[in-house]
Amino acid sequence: MIQHIVLYPIIVHLLLAILLLFSWNSIKIQKIISAAGSVLSLLVAIWLFSTVWNEGTLTIQAGNWEAPFGITFVADAFAATMVLLTAISGIAVSYFSIGTILKARLKFGYLPILHFLLLGLNGAFLTGDIFNLYVWFEIIIISSFVLITLGGEKKQLEGAVKYFTLNIFASVIFLTAVAVLYGLTGSLNMADLSLKVAAIENRGLVEVTAILFLIGFGIKAAIFPLYFWLPASYHTPPPAVSAVFGGLLTKVGVYALIRVFTLIFVGDAFLETIILTLAGLTLFVGAIGALVQNNISKIFSYLIISHIGFMILGLGLYTEAAIAGAIFYIIHDIVVKTNLFMVSGLIYRLKGTMSMKNLGGIYAKHPLLSLLMLVPLFSVVGIPPLSGFWPKLSLITESFKIENYWLIGAIIFATFITLFVIARIWAEVFWKEGKKLPTIQNFRYFHLLKLEKKIQILGPIAFLAFISLYIGFGAENIQQLAERVGTELMNNQLYIESVLGNIKEQP
Amino acid sequence: MLTAILTGFIFSLLLVVAGKYIKGKAAILSALVPLGLFIYFLQFTRQISSGEIITKTYEWVPSLGVNLGFTLDGISLIFTLMITGIGFLVFAYTATYLKGHEYLDRFYGYLGIFMAAMLGVVLSDNIISLFIFWELTSISSFFLIGFNNKEKASRKSAVLALSITGIGGLLLLAGALILGNITGTYSISEMLLSKDLIAESSHYIIIVILIFGAAFTKSAQFPFHFWLPGAMKAPTPVSTYLHSATMVKAGVYLLMRFTPSLGNTELWNTTLITVGAITMVYAAIHTLFRTDLKGILAYSTIAALGILVFLIGLGTREAFVAACVFILVHALYKATLFLVTGIIDHETGTRDVTRLSGLRKVLLPVAIAGFLAAISNAGIPPSFGFIGKDLIYEATLHFGNTGVLLTALAIITNILLLYAGFLAGIKPFTGKLPQSFEKAHMPGFLMWIPPLILAILGITIGVFPSIVQDSLIQPAVTAMGQNGSEIQIKLWHGFNLILGLSAITIGVGLLIYFLFKPSLKLEKGIAKFDKIAPKSIVESIGYGFGQGSKKVTGLIQNGYLRYYVSVIILFLVLLTGYTLLQNTKYVIDYDSFSELTVYEVLTLLVMAVGILYTVFTRSRLAAVAAMGVVGLAISLIFVYYSAPDLAMTQFSIDTLTVILFVLVLYRLPKYLKLSDRKARIKDGILSVVFGSLITVLALEVLGEPQGSQITDFYAENAYVLAKGKNVVNVILVDFRGIDTFMEIAVLTIAAIGVFSLLKLRLTKKNRK
Repeated sequence: MIQHIVLYPIIVHLLLAILLLFSWNSIKIQKIISAAGSVLSLLVAIWLFSTVWNEGTLTIQAGNWEAPFGITFVADAFAATMVLLTAISGIAVSYFSIGTILKARLKFGYLPILHFLLLGLNGAFLTGDIFNLYVWFEIIIISSFVLITLGGEKKQLEGAVKYFTLNIFASVIFLTAVAVLYGLTGSLNMADLSLKVAAIENRGLVEVTAILFLIGFGIKAAIFPLYFWLPASYHTPPPAVSAVFGGLLTKVGVYALIRVFTLIFVGDAFLETIILTLAGLTLFVGAIGALVQNNISKIFSYLIISHIGFMILGLGLYTEAAIAGAIFYIIHDIVVKTNLFMVSGLIYRLKGTMSMKNLGGIYAKHPLLSLLMLVPLFSVVGIPPLSGFWPKLSLITESFKIENYWLIGAIIFATFITLFVIARIWAEVFWKEGKKLPTIQNFRYFHLLKLEKKIQILGPIAFLAFISLYIGFGAENIQQLAERVGTELMNNQLYIESVLGNIKEQP
Repeated sequence: MLTAILTGFIFSLLLVVAGKYIKGKAAILSALVPLGLFIYFLQFTRQISSGEIITKTYEWVPSLGVNLGFTLDGISLIFTLMITGIGFLVFAYTATYLKGHEYLDRFYGYLGIFMAAMLGVVLSDNIISLFIFWELTSISSFFLIGFNNKEKASRKSAVLALSITGIGGLLLLAGALILGNITGTYSISEMLLSKDLIAESSHYIIIVILIFGAAFTKSAQFPFHFWLPGAMKAPTPVSTYLHSATMVKAGVYLLMRFTPSLGNTELWNTTLITVGAITMVYAAIHTLFRTDLKGILAYSTIAALGILVFLIGLGTREAFVAACVFILVHALYKATLFLVTGIIDHETGTRDVTRLSGLRKVLLPVAIAGFLAAISNAGIPPSFGFIGKDLIYEATLHFGNTGVLLTALAIITNILLLYAGFLAGIKPFTGKLPQSFEKAHMPGFLMWIPPLILAILGITIGVFPSIVQDSLIQPAVTAMGQNGSEIQIKLWHGFNLILGLSAITIGVGLLIYFLFKPSLKLEKGIAKFDKIAPKSIVESIGYGFGQGSKKVTGLIQNGYLRYYVSVIILFLVLLTGYTLLQNTKYVIDYDSFSELTVYEVLTLLVMAVGILYTVFTRSRLAAVAAMGVVGLAISLIFVYYSAPDLAMTQFSIDTLTVILFVLVLYRLPKYLKLSDRKARIKDGILSVVFGSLITVLALEVLGEPQGSQITDFYAENAYVLAKGKNVVNVILVDFRGIDTFMEIAVLTIAAIGVFSLLKLRLTKKNRK
């Protein structure tokens, strides 16, 4: 039964989390389990991805209850890609966590929660059921909430309150939307919903429901004007946590948006206009936010927001090429944003601060580390031919096709500000002569670490930098993948048929 | 050809690991890289001059239409020879100039990347790959300008230069994509075939504007020129190579390359002539007010770039010939002058032209190089510069009605350029040698031979212009779309008007040189106008934009959670309200509702009281508790509608939430009344509207026809297939068992969270 692979990414992390909980008393064993388990989950993700790539969409019905009655899990190219990226980002963060997270946090279940979070992400990507998606979101929220608060520092709790309130609010809106949708169609299976929603005569009501989804997922994706929770919270937890958040959390919101708006709510011109407008504003407002920060991890937080605009833009343009652009951007973004926050963690380890004003001198003292950090920094700008550059080709071209110069302007603006901000980081943090900073008591500076720890910090950064380089130089492969996802998403009967069987046979 | 371009990149990559070996005497070996490339490109001369065009295409990202397509034609050949030839001399020069420098390996690394990228720019046929290399030249320029990274001014100049050229690059990208979209190809040579299509397209104007944006920023045209003087913060070899001979000419190259496909329109020609003319005159006048040798050379470079843009704008065959010749002329003499300046700086420690004099006594070969370059720069026969200047006048004079005006502008520019060249190439060496410079001595031969070679070349080509006539100039002009009769470039044209103009230029220029003395006072005097200079304007716009951004960001992200929530609700209300108003039927079928029972009414009352209490209480804990009451009331409603399982779930989740909330809120300061009456009323209204909206929505949905095959399936099969008598139970544990399973996981995670919140409190002391 080849379909079972669909569940493996979920089962792996579930088992890992449980095993980790049973090893509560030994951090050492936990570290080994997490490290080995992350490798396993990467292998599983590769297996799933290559199977889906070769054999097409896989589906499995939980409890063998035939769709649309039970819960369906679907691995199409999009979902399999996201699972693979989660595994890549996950393995990096797992090792980085082992290297950087304080013992006190590890003692209170950091690693099991991390794997619960990855479990939630994989579940969200693979489920084919809208209510089940809500449940996975719950897992994601609660485990991210625990990760944010773990340690109980004052600034953590402050950030956590905002994070939790706004995200729960997003979930409430999402749940309301599911309820309305269920009221309208009597179904929760997304493939089934696609057919049933298309048949509803009261289009106004459908549009309202779609807007509820847009706002619910939009909060999670951190689009304008719904992103408040992100700058309020992302810089508060340890960098390893920010890394997994920065790489994956907003992207699951983007994933949900793309999924819902290509499968269930299709071809609504009003919605497309709204999405495009929000995308342009997100690009702009996020960029100017990044421009004015001094703390590097806050800069990265705003860059996340700004760049979400690229992905939403692809969705709003709503052509195969544009969706492919969005997918390419997601692939690039997950890898590079995870890495950026790890870089900020490394800088913090080197200097004991993340304030641009106080930082400096890294280039003179650590030339090779600087070169390593340069890769994610330049990738995020999209300095050609690095990874962030390629999707912009499709996005600008497709914006031009609808003759929307405002969008092209927004893309150029966001890219330019990113370039400027990163150049300034380079000048201030790397080039500038370092100030003499007071030594922090009990702080584990990078040079004080054992070689093993250093490898645990540098290894993940180098790994993701390598992936970024591959995405940039091997853009052809990524583009083909992105185009395939784009084609599948824009021709959603493929998805529907693989879930429900041949539609014509249905009564 | 791909290998040729990649050589520079590979060289730089190797330096990352082998850098320490190149720092010592081996540094000179790195010059073999450009030398090899120079010889490689030189051997194409015969083929190119016989009219061949060499193309090579390698696949890269075919899905996006991007390949590494390279074309070597006349224009490319001139540029590749300049890049590799001057590159060779600069690489060699650097070996002594930065001898023993701590970061010599990095310097060579950046230079290598630059050289490769620049070759990529001038050889790419695919406009996207041209853009890619274009951006790489900007990036390598960034690193080289900021090479002395401990100086604030260097860093600032580097960021400024990257910003200006970076935004130009993005405009190029947009222009390239639009062009590609209209013509259906990214190949520049294929675009030529669609020339009419482009010209007739309604997007022609925007394309031209975008391409101009790219060219003007890169080639430092007014008003984007100001990054170039700042770029002089880079070590002199960089100024020679990037910011005078090659990179800044990329914009010119772009214009030349697109002249056949975009040119020959009113918009194209007039803009280029105007911008080029303003730039050349503006920058030439500026040279009068500089005392730093590199400052003088920077402005005279800008002026030269202005001349080139101006010539391309004229659009005639004569102008193109003049442009191609002048590119070579300028590269030869300007590189010499920069290298000479570098030697002076290296040996005397100053570049202040008011202090330098008499250096011929200690630096004779350098003085010869400087003198010859100044001669060529001034356009004094028999130098190559003389030919160049003549061709410029010829082009302007024959340009229709405005010919006289344009010639006058060209003469003014050339006069001032002569002054600048003499100042840089002759002034430091004439007169009395001050005592302080007596100890100056000749640098290593690697430093003085390269400028001498270039300077002698400038004279040799002047005497024998046929060296370049057929091999370089003719093919380049042909590639610009002007394949008419054969080109004749000669030193001597006989006595004519142009010769007269030349004489005037030289005479007046010499007069200025001897009568006008540069001084710090003048430099300070012109500094008064800095406020209205483009640089200050752009900087203050940037500053204002930064301040505005700060305000906007502060306004949006003001730190108040209640504000965040209300913005989100407002947004939701506006969007859904608008759509509902557009579409709703407002027909609600009250008969279909079941009657209210006493229990339900009571529970609803409890709920209402709970909500009101939550809103109006002054204690945070009490508010949370009251919320808990609402939650429990909801679970009661589940009980009434015979869903005990749901009620239990609701009950436990609600309790847990309250606990979590209490734990988090416990840490916060006491509940304060932070909002005034007005804000509260506003919030109240917003809440009521939001609630009503959701109610209307719910009622609307209830009004829709409902027949769920899934509900029926559950009812029918709960017992038959799933062996359970309670349908809700079966749904929870079987039909949708995964939901429940995962909710259990949610509880587990939450429990751990609660545990850690209670137990773990990191402070500065216990961070171990």
